[in-house]
Amino acid sequence: MSAPIDFRVDATAYRHWQVEYDGAVATLSMNVDESGGLFEGYELKLNSYDLGVDIELNDIVQRMRFEHPEVKVVVLRSGKDNVFCAGANIRMLGGAEHSHKVNFCKFTNETRNAFEAAAVDSGQQYIAAVKGACAGGGYELALACNYIMLTDDSTSAVGLPEVPLLAVLPGTGGLTRITDKRKVRRDLADIFCSIEEGVKGQRAKDWKLVDEVVSNSTFDETVRERATIFASSSNKPDVESGIRLKKLERNITENNVSWSTINVEIDRAGRKATFHLKGPTEAAPSSMETFQAQSDQAYLLRLCRELEDAILHMRFNEMDIGLWVFSTQGDAKLLAEHESLLSENAEHWLANEVRQYWKRTLKRLDVTSRSLVALVEHGSCYAGILAEILFAVDRTYMMEDEFEDDDRSLATITLTDANFGPFPMANELTRLQTRFIGEPELVESASAHKGAQIDAAKAHELGLVTIILDDIDWEDEIRIFMEERASFSPDALTGMEANLRFAGPETMETRIFGRLTAWQNWIFNRPNAVGSEGALQRYGTGVRGNFDFERV
Amino acid sequence: MASTLDVSYDTRIPNNVGLGQDRKVLKALEKWHPGYIDWWNKLIPQNFQNSMVYLRTAVSVDPKGWTKFDYVKMPEYRWGVLLAPQVEERTIPFGEHKGKPAWQEVPGEYRNMLKRLIVIQGDTEPGSVEQQRFLGLTAPSLYDLRNLFQVNVEEGRHLWAMVYLLQKYFGKDGREEADDLLRRSSGSDEAPRMLGAFNEETPDWLSFFMFTYFTDRDGKMQLESLAQSGFDPLSRTCRFMITEEAHHMFVGETGVGRVVQATLDAMNKAGISDPNDIANVRDLGVIDLPTIQKKLNLHYTLSLDLFGQEVSTNAANAFNAGIKGRFMEHRIKDDHQLTNDSYTVKNIADGKIVEEEVPALTAVNMRLRDDYIRDASGGVGRWNKAIKKAGFDFQLTVPHEAFHRQIGVFASIKADPNGNIITNDQWEAGKNEWLPTLEDGTFIQSLMKPCYEPGQYASWIAAPKVGIDNKPGDFEFVKLHMA
Ligand SMILES: [Fe+2]
Ligand SMILES: [Fe+2]
Repeated sequence: MSAPIDFRVDATAYRHWQVEYDGAVATLSMNVDESGGLFEGYELKLNSYDLGVDIELNDIVQRMRFEHPEVKVVVLRSGKDNVFCAGANIRMLGGAEHSHKVNFCKFTNETRNAFEAAAVDSGQQYIAAVKGACAGGGYELALACNYIMLTDDSTSAVGLPEVPLLAVLPGTGGLTRITDKRKVRRDLADIFCSIEEGVKGQRAKDWKLVDEVVSNSTFDETVRERATIFASSSNKPDVESGIRLKKLERNITENNVSWSTINVEIDRAGRKATFHLKGPTEAAPSSMETFQAQSDQAYLLRLCRELEDAILHMRFNEMDIGLWVFSTQGDAKLLAEHESLLSENAEHWLANEVRQYWKRTLKRLDVTSRSLVALVEHGSCYAGILAEILFAVDRTYMMEDEFEDDDRSLATITLTDANFGPFPMANELTRLQTRFIGEPELVESASAHKGAQIDAAKAHELGLVTIILDDIDWEDEIRIFMEERASFSPDALTGMEANLRFAGPETMETRIFGRLTAWQNWIFNRPNAVGSEGALQRYGTGVRGNFDFERV
Repeated sequence: MASTLDVSYDTRIPNNVGLGQDRKVLKALEKWHPGYIDWWNKLIPQNFQNSMVYLRTAVSVDPKGWTKFDYVKMPEYRWGVLLAPQVEERTIPFGEHKGKPAWQEVPGEYRNMLKRLIVIQGDTEPGSVEQQRFLGLTAPSLYDLRNLFQVNVEEGRHLWAMVYLLQKYFGKDGREEADDLLRRSSGSDEAPRMLGAFNEETPDWLSFFMFTYFTDRDGKMQLESLAQSGFDPLSRTCRFMITEEAHHMFVGETGVGRVVQATLDAMNKAGISDPNDIANVRDLGVIDLPTIQKKLNLHYTLSLDLFGQEVSTNAANAFNAGIKGRFMEHRIKDDHQLTNDSYTVKNIADGKIVEEEVPALTAVNMRLRDDYIRDASGGVGRWNKAIKKAGFDFQLTVPHEAFHRQIGVFASIKADPNGNIITNDQWEAGKNEWLPTLEDGTFIQSLMKPCYEPGQYASWIAAPKVGIDNKPGDFEFVKLHMA
């Protein structure tokens, strides 16, 4: 097995980014190391990026919130002359497996969403200070910022040249954000997405592609001014210092990956993996001060970090494992106590960050292209935040009544405030609201049982689980389900699950993960892009793509 | 009888493209014209604007008589739009459309690519005029002053030529790009010129000669490859520009040659036999050969950077599209499509310079640079011949292509002029011997005193062997207006 793609970053040695902290303003400079590609066969020229560059960005965005809560404004700029960012590296895309492309796009989308939401979630606002060419994924980086400034040097331009140049889409939110977020008129957007060289100067502002066009000689100064103004008008509370996120410890063996609170057990023959999550063993911290003193070892933060790492690790490194099974064991009451410290102190910066982090991590689960199932076994601790997993997965099986030779406490589910608001899905509804999209009253009746330990029969009645099974049926039913699942086409399953998971309204985020990504992934499979004569394969050779002009 | 070879002066803008009948483009150009005149007027010092300069003006693109010399005030120079005559039944000479009829209109699919190439070329033309704007104040002779202004007005005309293409063939976008060509300016903080070498200063006349020899030669190579273009109007425009460009390189080659000659003569006269005896040579009021070498190193390397990345997708695309060819495309014996050919390029691997075979299509830039290096060596040889003939043991050499580079694979390393990879410390220790220092600049500046008497030349430069337009050396090439 080749070395796995590792999402745990050494924050003291970023290869592609520099961050300067200056009080409430941080400057994040993209300066991609050309020879620092994650894989062989391409050079990251012109500040183009690959997964490795994005993994670092994701890490920086994360640390910005936990380690540098004093930061209110982040200025995203280029560390290179003449180019802001040329987007995803084309040779990397041309050489990558379809599955890697798809995973890569998903991860980059999640990172963009994370810093886009930082303003609302944490009061950290991102400014894109664009100098030099800003094309494709480069402009998509800027689009995810809260404010875009473009220098007016008569050469710097923003552009989405994917369609004319590469026969693919601006798939990292680009097509969606220009209309949904920036409200660019659709016909102007049509022109914008059809021209290779992009749009510069005043027109970029007129078309709402950027927020401000600034004279080149005063650009840096104006960016500084804006950053200072945004920082002083921010309502983010002043926080003196953050906590350090140390590198996660993780142990990988052939069929097992383990963290302090999670053990993932891989069944290669069955193409499934079981995520064993351990509940807390110690009492909840008495106050947020204690929580902060526990730092990255505080249970709910540690679990969240480990769960995120587990999701990313399994997504990227175990592509054949098509079914993820979630299983928890622990003290549900104790878990609820850990959680209520956070919900009772929701205004506390760190409580807020941890909760927002859970929101993002649960969303990662929502958009994971694997069959997801949760087992509510005896001794399990599906309370509050962890109960959200039950509503994120495709099916839930729950043990009913006592099992022979099983002296663990009877399986129950505990709903808390966590299940009714703070962790919305991409469609901006809670998982329960999405689950009961046609029967909102069922959300009400579930809510009436907040705090109670809901047993199997009640859970079934309330519609919280899919199937409850007793001692006699449990093992067989679950085995048959898993075998059946493993036999279906993984493509059809991915499509089916992604459609069923997001009932309800479309939002920009669901449009990015649903519509845009689906079209992009379709195009990524079409010969016009990826065939041996397709535009992506031929990019850089000088020979154009040879298109099949039949409209499909 | 009117033929297309005659420039029609029936409109404000001399041209051989039937502008008089093309109301739309004429209007666009006439709209652009005031901005251009304004740019020119603000650029060149006023007393020169009012001086009568003995300039050649294109009156026809016929090879035998395309120039006519006369006194003219520069702002009244008739910048025209002149294309080389159309070749009947011309076909696209290379790339995937090879053999098809050349395009007379812009092919939609290549519109952006063409526009970008024209804008980049167009951006260099006024750039050099901007860089050279103050040189008139320190001209070593009226002859040189005239040459400077000749180069300047022709660069201005080259800008016109590119602007014509933009306005004629690229609609609204093209007009905007034409305006932006006047908005950018060399070395500006606000909107600098697009290519690095055109934002460097041209602080003295030796720089000017080096620039016209080395950097205008890049222009020549670019024009040569655009002259191959399957887009016929571009090809015809560039073919005519090349004929003018030849004069610029002549100014450069003879200019450097005359500086060298003045140094050699002065050393011989003073009995100095060691060219490296810098202090004593400088005392003679001439520029010592080692300093000339440093200037050469600087301008040569800046010019190499203009060729872009060694392996380039854009260049490959442009070649395959039939938009930009190679130097002397018609003389190259291959399929002109480069489907299976490879080309050797240099790269850095494990800290060493290595040669690599890459698909020839992606190495079109590299090949043009190699052709350039060959083309640039001729004049250097002639300068050395003069040095040898004067009895000195000294050779001017062009540095290795890895030396002092900002663009391409060598930008990541430091190398000495022989191409040995060196450490940063070694670079710091050696750079003052390889590139002009502040002190060298100050010394050269001290020599830059105007010499406006007809037939007189500054101490540091020899008289030309022949004048311009067969005029004698003491001809009044510029009738200076002294306000
Ligand atoms: Fe020129
Ligand atoms: Fe020239």
